[in-house]
Amino acid sequence: MKERIGVFICHCGRNIAGTVDVEKVAEVISKHPQVVHCETYVYMCSEPGQKLIMDAIRNKGLTAVVVAACSTTIHYETFARVVEADGLNRYKLEIANIREQCSWIHINRKEATEKAIRIVLASIAKVSMDEPLYPIKAKVTRKCLVIGGGIAGITAALDIANSGIPVVLVEKSPTIGGKMAMLSETFPTLDCAQCILTPKMAEVARHPNVKILTCSEVISVEGYVGNFKVKILKHPRKVDPSKCRLCTLCERVCPVTVPREFDRGLSTRKAIYIPFPQAVPSAYVVDEEHCTKCGLCVKVCPTKAINLDEKEEIIEEEVGAIIVATGYDLYPGEKLREYGYGVYKDVIDSLQFERLLSSGGPTKGQILRPSDKKPVKRIVFIQCAGSRDDNHLKYCSKICCMYTAKHALLFKERVHDGEVTIFYIDIRAAGKGYEEFIKRVQEEFEVNYIRGKVSKVYRDKNGDMVVIGVDTLSGQKVTVRADLVVLALGIIPQLDRDLASMIKIPVDEYGFAQEVHPKLRPVECVTSGVFVCGAVQGPKDISETVTQASAAAAKVIELLTQEYITHEPTIAEVDKDLCSGCRICIAVCPYGAIEIVEGKAKINEVLCEGCGACVVACPSSAIKLRNYTDSQLINMVKAALTGV
Amino acid sequence: MYEPKIIAFLCRWCASAAADLAGVSRLSYPANIIPIVVPCSGRVDPRAIIEAFLNGADGVLIGGCHTPNDCHYISGNFKAFKRIHILKKLLKQFGIEPERIRLEWISATEATKLVQVTKDFVETIRKLGPLAR
Ligand code: FES
Repeated sequence: MKERIGVFICHCGRNIAGTVDVEKVAEVISKHPQVVHCETYVYMCSEPGQKLIMDAIRNKGLTAVVVAACSTTIHYETFARVVEADGLNRYKLEIANIREQCSWIHINRKEATEKAIRIVLASIAKVSMDEPLYPIKAKVTRKCLVIGGGIAGITAALDIANSGIPVVLVEKSPTIGGKMAMLSETFPTLDCAQCILTPKMAEVARHPNVKILTCSEVISVEGYVGNFKVKILKHPRKVDPSKCRLCTLCERVCPVTVPREFDRGLSTRKAIYIPFPQAVPSAYVVDEEHCTKCGLCVKVCPTKAINLDEKEEIIEEEVGAIIVATGYDLYPGEKLREYGYGVYKDVIDSLQFERLLSSGGPTKGQILRPSDKKPVKRIVFIQCAGSRDDNHLKYCSKICCMYTAKHALLFKERVHDGEVTIFYIDIRAAGKGYEEFIKRVQEEFEVNYIRGKVSKVYRDKNGDMVVIGVDTLSGQKVTVRADLVVLALGIIPQLDRDLASMIKIPVDEYGFAQEVHPKLRPVECVTSGVFVCGAVQGPKDISETVTQASAAAAKVIELLTQEYITHEPTIAEVDKDLCSGCRICIAVCPYGAIEIVEGKAKINEVLCEGCGACVVACPSSAIKLRNYTDSQLINMVKAALTGV
Repeated sequence: MYEPKIIAFLCRWCASAAADLAGVSRLSYPANIIPIVVPCSGRVDPRAIIEAFLNGADGVLIGGCHTPNDCHYISGNFKAFKRIHILKKLLKQFGIEPERIRLEWISATEATKLVQVTKDFVETIRKLGPLAR
């Protein structure tokens, strides 16, 4: 079909007409074979200007429109509505920017006019080959999957559930609560961690919109934004939570004793156990790995809650969005040989120390050293254990300065005459009330901060731990004797590679989940519909984690409260006859939007963002970018170069 | 004086936005530069560059978002970088000076960089003279 193109040239007062001879442009453009109408007006965006366009569309039967005016970003929407009002498709409109990219930057009238003509000609070349397009619509499943039941996952799940959207919360371990449940108090306000966390755990557990799956892992994810299909493997708990009354009879008869994970090995538990008293779900669980199936517990259970033959189960869910909140782990202390972690019982990590401080911990909050249960008087903390170290973690783990100061304070509160030494590289206390907290610890609690690195920790013949380091401020070698040494181990992401590749979340060089943009899209993943929050995205403290979790939840709510996802139709399209199924496009697509179906590339219309990378890469020229085809681009180049 | 013709493929999100900003700030640069806005520098097909040379361009500028993080489509800028690197080598084989192609990362705020790059590029091409076809 021969196009009937109308070209409307704006003077923009003197902004354009002052430099560009608009009448000359109109004169040249009217000669173009496809242009059936061309006029200029002082303000094309004004009411009368818009009317000129509408009238011409109607009276001259225009099939496409070029408005030569200011930048596309300013008035595209205005003119798109104008052409739509008269029944034209908005994709049959092109804006030729002859203001910002022409009249405003040139002084020479002849040059500017010539350039304006080239710009308009290129736009005509494009619009004549533009196809009418309509927004792509896809349905949205109003349900969200949250992976990870720590404070990040709990917060996100609650926010989403409170907005009326159902949530499936998947947690690998037998209870939700995550690392925060292990903490004694939190900096800088010294709130008791359990006291602020357990109500939230209970709230999420009884929320009608939340389904919690503990002992569970996500094993497959298919689909795309708004329409994910997820498979979850639920390992057998072997205790029915609805029947378990926490009577403890089972654990009393269980003959198997193993270290308790929740106390990080500082105490023991049985093969049938509850991770900690406030666990959610509030029920015992059988540790499959260690259970000998002797059946004693089954016999004593008064409610017949135990079934040692319970099998694993695969649960399928359809969700519209996914939040990854799998949290962190401590850097393996064993890798820091010089500190003797794993060699000496009295060299412990920071989470173990949290357990010692906790009134619900193995020592009921008394600071006793693990080797001989002797009260600790002298304690050394080593900061940056593994962090900011080229041989271990290059990055700063961010939270260790603060929690070590907190540890020092809590220790001194319990042991008034205790001696505390902290080895540090720098003190990083950027946060509300953080600097003041550090100051308080240094001054009021007389903690000895030594700037320097520790080179060796060992036990001498009296049973003392000896810490040798260098004070980098004085240049002196220092030797400190202590009863207990606590390593502020760095934090590492807890993100299974398989899970990451299943959900298509890129990870950075350390394994942290990668957000789309560090500043502007901090909780979104490249895979549309997938969000991240908490320490799996990068080291962060509880306040930041909660903030980020709420942000991720808000993004999910924004997505899932739409009835349909609408998507720009200017995306890539495959010509099946030309496609050879070579898969090159799959490798270049940053969105994972292409798959091979019956030997041919197929583009997921919702995932494709229209970048055109595949178009350029396709060796058979089988892919085109709608309204940015190769011929369009080449014709634009030709038109622009031909000029007057 | 010889006035070269230069096609500038500007990505919509950064380089073209920088050109808009240059306009708003009334920074002037040579009119030899004819802008063609593309979705992303990764959309610039080497064929389009060759067509530009065949149809009278003396130089081609490609403006994209900064590496590593700025490309609106994540990695289009890296793809452009690789493709243009190869294209330059290829053109050299055909006797076309690789300096006639220039790839620059210009963020939406770097209007001054755009101005400096375009001025400099026009000078380079002027020195090289018209492309012998
Ligand atoms: S969007 Fe600017 S280079 Fe990709």
